[in-house]
Amino acid sequence: MTKYKTYFSFFRIRFNMGLQYRVAAVSGAATQLLWGLMECLAFMAFQRSAPEAYPMAVSATVSYVWLREAFFSAFTTWNADQDIFDSIVNGGIAYELCRPVSIYHMWFAKTTASRAAGAGLRCIPLLLAASILPRPYRLSLPASPLHFVLFTITLLLGLGVTVAFCMFTYILAFFTISPQGLRMLLTSMIDFLSGAIIPLPFMPDAVRSIVELLPFAGMFNVPLLIYSGELAGAAMYRGIGLQCFWLVTLVISGRILCRVAERRIVVQGG
Amino acid sequence: MKEKIKSNVKLYFHYLSVALRSTMQYKTSFYLMVTGRFLLFFNGILGVYFMFSRFGHVKGYTFGEVLLCFAIIQADFALAECIGSGFAAFAGIVRQGEFDRVLLRPRSTILQVLGSQFRIDRIGLIFQAVFMFTYGVVISPVEWTFGRIMTVCFMLLGGTTLFVSFFLLRAAFTFFTLDGIELVNILTYGAQEHGKYPIDIYGKKMLKFCTYVIPYTLIQYYPLQYLLGRTNRWYYGVYPLCALYFLLICYGMWRFGMRHYQSAGS
Repeated sequence: MTKYKTYFSFFRIRFNMGLQYRVAAVSGAATQLLWGLMECLAFMAFQRSAPEAYPMAVSATVSYVWLREAFFSAFTTWNADQDIFDSIVNGGIAYELCRPVSIYHMWFAKTTASRAAGAGLRCIPLLLAASILPRPYRLSLPASPLHFVLFTITLLLGLGVTVAFCMFTYILAFFTISPQGLRMLLTSMIDFLSGAIIPLPFMPDAVRSIVELLPFAGMFNVPLLIYSGELAGAAMYRGIGLQCFWLVTLVISGRILCRVAERRIVVQGG
Repeated sequence: MKEKIKSNVKLYFHYLSVALRSTMQYKTSFYLMVTGRFLLFFNGILGVYFMFSRFGHVKGYTFGEVLLCFAIIQADFALAECIGSGFAAFAGIVRQGEFDRVLLRPRSTILQVLGSQFRIDRIGLIFQAVFMFTYGVVISPVEWTFGRIMTVCFMLLGGTTLFVSFFLLRAAFTFFTLDGIELVNILTYGAQEHGKYPIDIYGKKMLKFCTYVIPYTLIQYYPLQYLLGRTNRWYYGVYPLCALYFLLICYGMWRFGMRHYQSAGS
């Protein structure tokens, strides 16, 4: 039990740290509001050009855009914890290794906390603003109470999958001292496959059916589509099942890889 | 006067060569970054490609036409980031008190800040823009007359100037706020991201906003109309040069900000 208390403190410290940047959060929310508005306008332009080819309800796309902007800090892949990378590169990791806690669990708790704090700060002003915008750009209510409950649960699961994947980028830094290039490659891949560039329903059907099986679809694609009711019935439960499957798989394989990395570690710096 | 310009240009190239040499000390990292960036922005093209394979066109613009527009904006932005990244990183210079040292030296402050950083790894983005542009030329039915080639050159010149102006504006704000304002990012990164489509697809209001408030349409929408043969008004192709005026305005802001500078940092 005390073990969990330790990891919870790591979470709490990081979370409070993240909450310090309030002005930045307001300015960031304003930026994201404009950004989201441009995105909605672009989707609407495509919809007007060929309405029959549009794969989902327009209001669902608008909700998707706003929710993604609101929870952006939780899911953006680039936003990995720089402190952790620095500690690997400059040798600070040696202290961490001396502590009687598991590196994997500690990093997991820290990363989850900084992401949750970032998103928690940003989502409130953004969601408020998006729900009072004029009609076609307004964030609609969830499809049903059940969809809202499932949205909340899958959002947390999605955060778990994202963090579990991030852990791989940290662990890879053990093996290469200059992780920038590799990170960039991974990031660009995840961005595309998770639906950050275009939502998954807009991809060609053949591509979509494969991408939906990958862990990246379980990051924010599933919760955001559940919110608007675009994902419902059997497909919804399949999506949630896949999220759970990937979360467990990624955590287990991450822990194994972490143990291998710890064993062959060479500490740099002084 | 002539002597002064000559020595300034010499200094600028000296800064450039220092930056180049220091980057080249980490060759592997440099090549990885260039490749990474090259691949990173392929996402953007792939996204646009998927959208067009579904919808066919947007407001009458075909995939090839949008590629030309996207490539030019991308190149503008990459060049601006390459040249003006000293301004982009200016918040750090002010916060650490580095700017005091800049003020002490008997040289132009602009030149010193510009020379403090060159993001040469942005060359990956430029390669990508060239690739995109070539592909756009092949698949779009534009007839390449002399006027249209000149239009592309003006768009590159004007667009790069406009983005550098925004970096300068952002740096000028730093004198008052000490920290970069994220909101200004919408002018630079936002334009890079959303400028891939011709501005008129975002509707009439946005078109007006981007003409009278910030002069985006001058470097993108209007010259593009001439480039794609949607209008015969050749003078649309010269509009991008108006961006030079915007640079003057931003320079004024910088001068104004510098007079209000209070030291920060240690």
